[in-house]
Amino acid sequence: MIALIPLFPLIGFLINGSWYAFVQAAPGRRKAGSGITGAIATMAILGSFVVSCLLFLQLQGLPPESRVLEQTLFPWMTFAGFKLDMAFRLDSLSTLFTLVVSGVGTLIHIYSIGYMSHDATPGKFFAYLNLFCFAMLMLVLGASLPILFLGWEGVGLCSYLLIGYWYSDPEKASAGKKAFVVNRVGDFGFLLGMFLIFTAFGTLDFEALRSAIVHGGHAALPEGVAVTTVTAICLLLFVGCMGKSAQIPLYVWLPDAMAGPTPVSALIHAATMVTSGIYMVARLNFLYSLSPTAMAVVAAVGGVTAFFAATIAITQKDIKKVLAYSTVSQLGYMFLACGVGAFTAGVFHVITHAFFKALLFLGAGSVIHGMHEEQDIMKMGGLRAKMPVTFATFALGWLAICGIPPFSGFFSKDEILWLAFSSEHGSVLLWGLGALTAVMTAFYMTRLFTLTFLGKPRFSEAHGEKHGHGHGHGDDHSHGHAPAGVHESPFSMTGPLQVLALLSLIGGFMGIPHMSWLEHWLAPVIPAHQATGHVAAEMEWVLMGVSVAGAALGIFLAIRLYADLELPRQFATKWAGLYRVLFNKWYVDELYERTLVRPIHALSQGLWKNFDVAVIDRIVLSFGRASQWSGQTVRTIQTGSIQFYALVLLIGIVLSVGYLIYGLA
Amino acid sequence: MAWLDSHLLTTTLFLPLVWAIFGLMIPTGTPGGRATLRTWTLLGSIATFALSLLIYQRYDAAGAEFQLAEAIDWLPALGISYQVGMDGISLWLFLLTTFLMPVAILSSYQAIEHREREYYFLLLFLETAMLGAFVALDVFLFYVFWELLLIPMYFLIGIWGGKDRIYAAMKFFLYTLVGSLLMLVAIFYLAYQHKVQFGSYSTTLIDLYRLRLPGEGYASAQSLLFLAFALAFAIKVPLFPLHTWLPDAHVQAPTAGSVILAAVLLKMGGYGFMRFAFPLFPQAVLLYQVHFLALGAIAIVYGAWVAMVQPDIKKLVAYSSVSHMGYVVIGLFSLNPVAAMGSYYQMLNHGISTGALFLLVGMIYERRHTREISAFGGITRVMPLFAVAFMIVTLSSIALPGTNGFIGEFLILLGTWQASRATAVVAALGVIFGAVYMLWMFQRVMFGPVNHKENESLKDLSFRELAVLIPMIVAIFAMGVFPNFFFSKLDPSISRFLERSTGAALKVEAASAPATAVYAAKGE
Repeated sequence: MIALIPLFPLIGFLINGSWYAFVQAAPGRRKAGSGITGAIATMAILGSFVVSCLLFLQLQGLPPESRVLEQTLFPWMTFAGFKLDMAFRLDSLSTLFTLVVSGVGTLIHIYSIGYMSHDATPGKFFAYLNLFCFAMLMLVLGASLPILFLGWEGVGLCSYLLIGYWYSDPEKASAGKKAFVVNRVGDFGFLLGMFLIFTAFGTLDFEALRSAIVHGGHAALPEGVAVTTVTAICLLLFVGCMGKSAQIPLYVWLPDAMAGPTPVSALIHAATMVTSGIYMVARLNFLYSLSPTAMAVVAAVGGVTAFFAATIAITQKDIKKVLAYSTVSQLGYMFLACGVGAFTAGVFHVITHAFFKALLFLGAGSVIHGMHEEQDIMKMGGLRAKMPVTFATFALGWLAICGIPPFSGFFSKDEILWLAFSSEHGSVLLWGLGALTAVMTAFYMTRLFTLTFLGKPRFSEAHGEKHGHGHGHGDDHSHGHAPAGVHESPFSMTGPLQVLALLSLIGGFMGIPHMSWLEHWLAPVIPAHQATGHVAAEMEWVLMGVSVAGAALGIFLAIRLYADLELPRQFATKWAGLYRVLFNKWYVDELYERTLVRPIHALSQGLWKNFDVAVIDRIVLSFGRASQWSGQTVRTIQTGSIQFYALVLLIGIVLSVGYLIYGLA
Repeated sequence: MAWLDSHLLTTTLFLPLVWAIFGLMIPTGTPGGRATLRTWTLLGSIATFALSLLIYQRYDAAGAEFQLAEAIDWLPALGISYQVGMDGISLWLFLLTTFLMPVAILSSYQAIEHREREYYFLLLFLETAMLGAFVALDVFLFYVFWELLLIPMYFLIGIWGGKDRIYAAMKFFLYTLVGSLLMLVAIFYLAYQHKVQFGSYSTTLIDLYRLRLPGEGYASAQSLLFLAFALAFAIKVPLFPLHTWLPDAHVQAPTAGSVILAAVLLKMGGYGFMRFAFPLFPQAVLLYQVHFLALGAIAIVYGAWVAMVQPDIKKLVAYSSVSHMGYVVIGLFSLNPVAAMGSYYQMLNHGISTGALFLLVGMIYERRHTREISAFGGITRVMPLFAVAFMIVTLSSIALPGTNGFIGEFLILLGTWQASRATAVVAALGVIFGAVYMLWMFQRVMFGPVNHKENESLKDLSFRELAVLIPMIVAIFAMGVFPNFFFSKLDPSISRFLERSTGAALKVEAASAPATAVYAAKGE
């Protein structure tokens, strides 16, 4: 039964994929529309969602401690000295993820039917989208690290394919490659972490690993395993998370990943794939909690990333770039939670973030669609009237991410901030970082919201004409839009927006402080957080007040500032240096380019030309030359002249005779 | 039928050669004649493949070490005999060869336009030589096959190759020939040692396994003999820094030649280590373990880096072979079951994925007559099916989980980690750089706008080309998802290989067992 969850999207992929490759792909052949291909893909992922719901109900019917379903398909790699099954495990943690992935996934599939209706190759798009869902579901259902890794690299592949979906544009193709390569850097750490686990514990299965460590609800190091080993394991695996979940220093691929179609940004680069790092850390919470060092690193990287990405988001002008940096920042939040031991809060934020960030991205997609591929928020404004549904739903998402009660983001963010302060791994510093980020989040999201929907339009009505073909999607993707004015999106797009808006509104109630359903539900996998004595309970209310006030402050500032664009312009000129640094994303890409990409390339060139060819091969050839030369040299004696031979003969005889006569005496 | 039963290996082995001799008699003056010749050759390779499937079915992993064995005296005075037999290690490389041969032949239909009769004769001749090397159980016989296959390969490169074919063919021939001469000397020394220790000359492998040779220190007999064998095998692998014949040979060879070279000939090196160098000289293996681990790790990163900056696609793939085969070396020298299994699997993987890469490169070469990366761009738009195939093979080459490449690399790295963490860390860098050079090449060839007018009208894959590629793609996924299908016939042989290769203590035990017990012909 569990295997059906990933199987449906796989079937969908095979149908759409082979239909596209063998029938539609040839140049000049008619391509199937987004309606039929989208319907196939949507049915597939909807099937997963239905099975996920059924299994969720089945789990709920079981007593909490035995809420685990397993299915072994076949032995994957088994021989003397090694054993690994292709096995799935569904427990209270993975069931949440399957619900989110297939649920939000279904909505985004439906949305894509509308969004990709003008695309040249929807069959290919939906095939990839299904393939992604397959890989993502494998990732969360895998019973062991290698199967998780199978999904992990699989989602990376789909990300690569979908970022570079409009491959005719070299920049988009490059962005895809960058995403894959940076993720491979992370996977390098992931692999080493896996090897270390296998050496230390002799297994890669989650349950076996867990039972080696957790005894009677308490995690303890088994004999013969040092804390430093666990720290090394956790940190190496976390390198994998830095790649997949876009943390410093490997976050650089995610903003570029916005080159992909917007539903992809919503599904892969906001709601699901990028949260796999948090999933893995939460899955291995018993391991992480053994190593205070690793926890501190996770918290610090998360906190700093949250802050750092927020500073960049403030200055970006591309609507998707703002949301991308916001995603990096929110992912940092989730790791901050994990790092202070609040794994449940991290997972909570994964879920609420999946709702509101998917909503925001899809809303942005709706705006881009309606504006005929315009992405610059400086050229928008006043869309409230033109796109009322998008406006209203986007507003809900905006309030949720700002952390305004009672929207979902408020609950999860507040939980994280509170635990960053009060948990035994927490500190005022971490809380401060989180709170400051919260203010900045409210600020840049309000800036985005204001510039897009409020105020007066900063575009001309004939906008579409200019951008009708400014797609950059190559010849394969001519946007057949009639250059009508800005318009609201069709129902296939606004429908999912409304569902997600509802979820963003109510999603937080699963984790109300002190009566959290979520904490209770996850207890078999993630031990409930023990209240620590060193912080007074009233502080919780104080801090809650502070964070709401902070959010309000951020919103207020942004509304005041961006009501008139003159003011921000003055700021930008006044602090031109700072503005430039932020606008250019702290020049991190340039730094990597200069310190890594170019030197390695130059080194490779050098190795090839000046070592491989000039040294190694020359030595090889010199053997050949040496034998040629010696042949040539010896050959000169063979003159063919009888007189010369006679002369040599004579000299030889004289010398021999001389030796016989005088030498022996 | 009974005769076939008892001579199944020999029949399969010589079928291609005999078939090829008949092929020589087909008149090729007319297009019809040439088509007949091609079909005849293809049928021969398919018949060989069918017979090898019969061998697969007969081979019982739980049975004796060497099965379907045959032995005929050849030069009894010197203890040299014609002995062939099959174990798990031979089995899959044997099948890889017979599986790839029809593919290679089918891929030559359009590429080869002159002297076709000789060409197809040499291909089948080559097949017999390769198969012989994989089943020979007499060291001298192995050596004969090993050198024999240089001859057809030399002509394949030298006659049907690219612009610098003569240079490449000579380099390939001389490099491998000279590298093997010391091995021949070592073989004679072993035969002589057998006379010293057991009273008669012998080059039978299983007899030689019983030899006890001093193995202390770098100047010991084991050490020197190991080096003599290892030089020959390392050149074939090819192990850094003995790899420079490879890029030349690969680039100049015709497509089928490159495919066979990469997919089968390089495997001879790894096979040689497993069958001869390791079990014969276990102490020397320990002695040189560190050096070979280091060279293997260097090869992985070095090959990847140099591959990255190649302007020629074929050369890029050639250097990627250096990188991929580095994994095989570190896996073998890690001396544990996980790494050894991975290593062997990696040989099969490399055969499939690099073979497929050369096929793909050959296909666009036939269309454009260039292999310069800069001559392409945006090919996905004009050749979408080709793009799909190329993508899948690329993913296999960069070891994406779900494809065959992952199983090999994962097991090798996991096993190597137990033997030497430093090696594993350096080798794992190959995971990153492998993605860099492959995806960058893929991007420059397949993505972006179509910049060259000549590329606008390229035809997508034909039915024949699909028939060439589909078996490879099926193999990529089958091996990635169901590796156990392959492991089950391999497992006992890999265990035996490790037992023989890890330490002299086990060697004494093996020496006391009667040699004949290891054989079992079917039906005995």
